[in-house]
Amino acid sequence: MATTANHSGTGIRIDLQIIADMINPASRVLDVGCGDGELLAYLQESRDVDGRGMELSMQGVQKAVARGLAVIQGDADTDLVDYPGDAFDYVILSKTLQATHNPRRVIEQMLRIGRHAIVSFPNFAHWRTRLDIVMRGRMPVNELLPYSWYETPNIHFCTIRDFVDLCREMNVGIKTSLSLDAAGEVQKFTADSRWANLFGVDAVFLLGK
Amino acid sequence: MPNISATPAPDALRTRLNAVEATITLCVDEPLPLDSGETIGSVDVAYHTYGRLNADKSNAIVVCHALTGDQFAVLPHPVTGKPGWWANLIGPGKIVDTDKYFIICSNVLGGCMGTTGPKSLNPATGRPYMLDFPVITVGDMVRLQIKLLDYLGVDRAFAAIGGSMGGMQVLQMASAYPERLFCALPIATCARYSAQNIAFDEVGRQAIMADPEWCEGKYLLENRVPHKGLAVARMAAHITYLSEAALTRKFGRKLQGKERIGFGFEADFEVESYLRHQGSTFVERFDANSYLYITRAMDYFDMPGEHGGHLSKAFMNTPVRFCLISFTSDWLFPTSDSQAIVRALNAAAASVSFVEVQSDKGHDAFLLDEPELHDTIRGFLDGMARRAGLSFGEAL
Repeated sequence: MATTANHSGTGIRIDLQIIADMINPASRVLDVGCGDGELLAYLQESRDVDGRGMELSMQGVQKAVARGLAVIQGDADTDLVDYPGDAFDYVILSKTLQATHNPRRVIEQMLRIGRHAIVSFPNFAHWRTRLDIVMRGRMPVNELLPYSWYETPNIHFCTIRDFVDLCREMNVGIKTSLSLDAAGEVQKFTADSRWANLFGVDAVFLLGK
Repeated sequence: MPNISATPAPDALRTRLNAVEATITLCVDEPLPLDSGETIGSVDVAYHTYGRLNADKSNAIVVCHALTGDQFAVLPHPVTGKPGWWANLIGPGKIVDTDKYFIICSNVLGGCMGTTGPKSLNPATGRPYMLDFPVITVGDMVRLQIKLLDYLGVDRAFAAIGGSMGGMQVLQMASAYPERLFCALPIATCARYSAQNIAFDEVGRQAIMADPEWCEGKYLLENRVPHKGLAVARMAAHITYLSEAALTRKFGRKLQGKERIGFGFEADFEVESYLRHQGSTFVERFDANSYLYITRAMDYFDMPGEHGGHLSKAFMNTPVRFCLISFTSDWLFPTSDSQAIVRALNAAAASVSFVEVQSDKGHDAFLLDEPELHDTIRGFLDGMARRAGLSFGEAL
């Protein structure tokens, strides 16, 4: 949605590569907010997964369908309820959480229909964001968060620590937590890491029931 | 043995399409069982094929027509002379490319363009069936389509594609014969025909049956045709294929060849004369009793009803890959109908894609040059062809 576009050696975005590395081969995967299907296509080729996608924009759906992927036009907030329970091994929400109306409900649904959920989001506590607010007294607009407040699709920003708190409140197990710094370096962090919360541009969580 | 009569293809388009126009008599030794419990034997099937079947017979696409369609999907209609109803989609180098795929399009059971229907001769009586024709279902139409595939030696078609009632046949085929299809493209359709649609069908049927020329269904014997009833049926139905926005854009309140309203009941408005034209040209090419039977088949279409109320049971663990397409302004087969199918397919763990195309052209959009429709179909077929490992090399 609204952050870095670094690419890994395999050609896909580095945050997508991180997600792909969390997924066991030949598993069943639902990518919610799959865009044009970049991650799904990669997973299908490199991990032999049985992949499905959901995407709000018709352009995205069309591109994904043209790749031979099974993608439906749908909304994470309203359409996840249609899937049966435990239908997938992994349900992915990549940089979409902050654009949902009810992030908590979305995460609940993801863990209802999948054994694991993988959630990535831009960390609103990154030092540059903090600096914008503290020093400039303004909402951050930069290459990481490019939208002005009045036109952003991102309506539910959170920080890494906020997200960890929500997981605890929901009794959701955090299996893996990774952050990406501005240089695209991946750091493993513990849930309470203030370091990750300050220097992590993006966070990726693998959640279990 | 079945008797075959194939018309040679004379003009350039026919040659370019490698078109075969044929009628084959099937179910001669063993009659076709019908959902009603009746059977029908010696069934003629009028069909077209375009393109060439490849060496491993894996590139066939079954094209299913809608209520008033026929096998003239690409070739010009023999009565109206107009291009085939899906000539914008199917052809050499087109979205459904006849240089790559082997297209099979047959007139449905109960139709009036050569496949056995109420106007065909009943071999038992030597007269047309008329209302002695058994009431048929979409399931029966598909059963016959499968017989045609058997005859053509196609064990598994690459795809089945159709809009409206054609989409119902695609769904039915995928459900009842999942091993006969690799992928399915049901467009602007439903798995359960709605009360509103049954209501419109009933208006059409009543208009036909109220016409004295219908002669209790025996008009063929009396050498008469219920022109007026069938035209009214078509006019009413045609409105349901459009949308308010499309009607307003196309006609508004424009007057037909006059400066002011006429204070009478001649066609003052363009929209009136358009509908009258639609009605009067339709009766030239369609049989009134066929209209009764085929609309009835749609009324009876209820896939969830046939599966204990659970549509997902119709597709449990299906290997068929689906792509559903609906249109925003289609109020006859609204997006919610397609979404119900998508939900059921997800519950059945099927591979499904779904796109709702933005269009203000109503249900008819599936027949029109809608770029997003065509892009989606092209993308899906290309993706699926790669998935299926289709080779478009040497043809048979």
